[in-house]
Amino acid sequence: MRLRTAITGLSAAALTAAGLTLSAAAQEVTVATTAIVEHPALDAARDGVRDELAAAGYVEGKNLRFLYESAQGNPATAAQIARKFVGEAPDVIVPISTPSAQAVVSATNEIPVVFTAVTDPVGAKLVGDPKMPGGNVTGMSDLSPIGLHMDLIKEITPDAKTVGVPFNPGEANSVTLMELIKKEAPARGLKVVEAPATKSSEVLGAAQSLVGKADVIYVPTDNTIVSAFEAVVKVGIDNKVPVYAGDTDSVSRGAIAALGFNYYDIGRQTGKMVLRVLKGEAPGSIPVEGVEITELYVNPGMAQKMGVTIPETLVAKAKEVVQ
Amino acid sequence: MNLVSFLGAIEIGFVYGLVALGVYLSFRILNFPDLTVDGSFPLGAAVAATLIIAGVDPYLATACAVLAGMAAGLVTAVLNLRFGILHLLASILTMIALYSVNLRIMGRPNLALITEPTVLSPFEGLGLSGLYLKPIVGAVVVAVVALLVGWFLITEYGLGMRATGANQRMARAQGIDTARVTGVGMAISNGMVALGGALFAQMNGFADITIGTGTIVVGLAAVIAGEAIFRVKGVVIAVAACIFGSIIYRLAIAFALNADYLGLTSADLNLVTAVLVALALILPGARNPITTLLARRNASRGGGGGA
Repeated sequence: MRLRTAITGLSAAALTAAGLTLSAAAQEVTVATTAIVEHPALDAARDGVRDELAAAGYVEGKNLRFLYESAQGNPATAAQIARKFVGEAPDVIVPISTPSAQAVVSATNEIPVVFTAVTDPVGAKLVGDPKMPGGNVTGMSDLSPIGLHMDLIKEITPDAKTVGVPFNPGEANSVTLMELIKKEAPARGLKVVEAPATKSSEVLGAAQSLVGKADVIYVPTDNTIVSAFEAVVKVGIDNKVPVYAGDTDSVSRGAIAALGFNYYDIGRQTGKMVLRVLKGEAPGSIPVEGVEITELYVNPGMAQKMGVTIPETLVAKAKEVVQ
Repeated sequence: MNLVSFLGAIEIGFVYGLVALGVYLSFRILNFPDLTVDGSFPLGAAVAATLIIAGVDPYLATACAVLAGMAAGLVTAVLNLRFGILHLLASILTMIALYSVNLRIMGRPNLALITEPTVLSPFEGLGLSGLYLKPIVGAVVVAVVALLVGWFLITEYGLGMRATGANQRMARAQGIDTARVTGVGMAISNGMVALGGALFAQMNGFADITIGTGTIVVGLAAVIAGEAIFRVKGVVIAVAACIFGSIIYRLAIAFALNADYLGLTSADLNLVTAVLVALALILPGARNPITTLLARRNASRGGGGGA
């Protein structure tokens, strides 16, 4: 018995000596993540959080319990997941997407919450004042830099006069983005044509409805449209209508260019906020953050198939050129 | 399964108990397969949330939500009875129309109620944490509604409704206005479902356009699970069985969510839930210990206690 205590004491001492970076991570912490649905972007955000924690010395299986639950698209299940996590009292809960964040925030006002991938945290009543959230909640917004996206469209296809936007009017984030697009596009001489699709099976039809009406197609960060992105690309190739995307993950799936962020980086940035909370900062005193890193992805091969050429200067500037 | 998770399942089980009652009324009593509920549940949430945000008293807002749900039920009934559209199709038409109607009502797909007053607000000062308060309020509301439904079904009008569902021609021969009775039943059914939606939005802090998805499946599962476990033919007990079934269903989900030690992930949730509900249906049929026990006792008494 005494021997075992001695060994435990020794190994603890060894751990402390092993490195100062590990000192903060000596005891096990629990971070619980949940998303409304399985989705490449939301999954990437979750992986980003996990990797950022690992980079700071919180390694899963060693000193980190990293939980993840998906509500499979069902808000009632999201509410039950929120209760499950609150009952387990983790150190931080990281809800990914608006409905998951609302379910978690209404289930607790004690456990620290760092939400992510929420476009409009104020509209979703997660925080009152994004600069000084107060209470147990902070997080980050994934609002797209729409103005920059419209600039990019004008730069690659300067002759475009109309931009077609497939979106799901049933997604809160998309409606917010649509309002922004309607403000930013006309300021650059682009007329907006809406193409609503309420489920992924309707995306092909929505994209086809834009043929002849839109010079270019812009797909915002809409879960429904992005999950059926290939349908939009097919329409783009068949009719020589260039397709732009709001997220860089979609460039390898066939968008000709996207300026923006990927959800993995969003996850990493969220992870940094989680670390601040783990170190003892009150979530209420951490301002809500927006996307910090934007990067350009281009796909010249796809551009050619859709009948446009991406200027050499832009290709040179791109962070990644998809072949 | 921890305490919060357990109480959460009970609370959501009670809320969906209202859905189960609605589905019981349409499917079982009226024999009317009604998918309107996938639209009337979010309709209740949408009306209540929109009115509360506009500053209306939460109780009045909830009452309006019930009325809106009743109207939705009537639309389905009218499409079927007045215009002869097949009942299943009539209800699907109302359901998809309600998606757009709900978006119009809310003005956007998601409304947050986290900081707004709700039907729970008057009780929050009583020193009871939301953890216990929500299931208690849910239980009280469902108990009141269930008692009303149980009482209604044994009144003369309720008997007429049961007769309409059992044998429409016979009911008509007895002088029952079957069309009107069906309309009233559909209105009550969807009013209860909308009440469930209104409560769900207020207890969970948001109304979202997607909360209706699969409501009918949940309601049916609850009704069937309740019937399988209770195995009673009496109407009043069947009403209680619906609510019990709804709670069982939610506990099954909570269990599925907590089954990580079995190597299951959240992706397996729907499968685990289906298996658990299937077990609830199969096991009592295989050999119901209570029935066997009762039968044995009755046999030993020489059939004296049989009724």
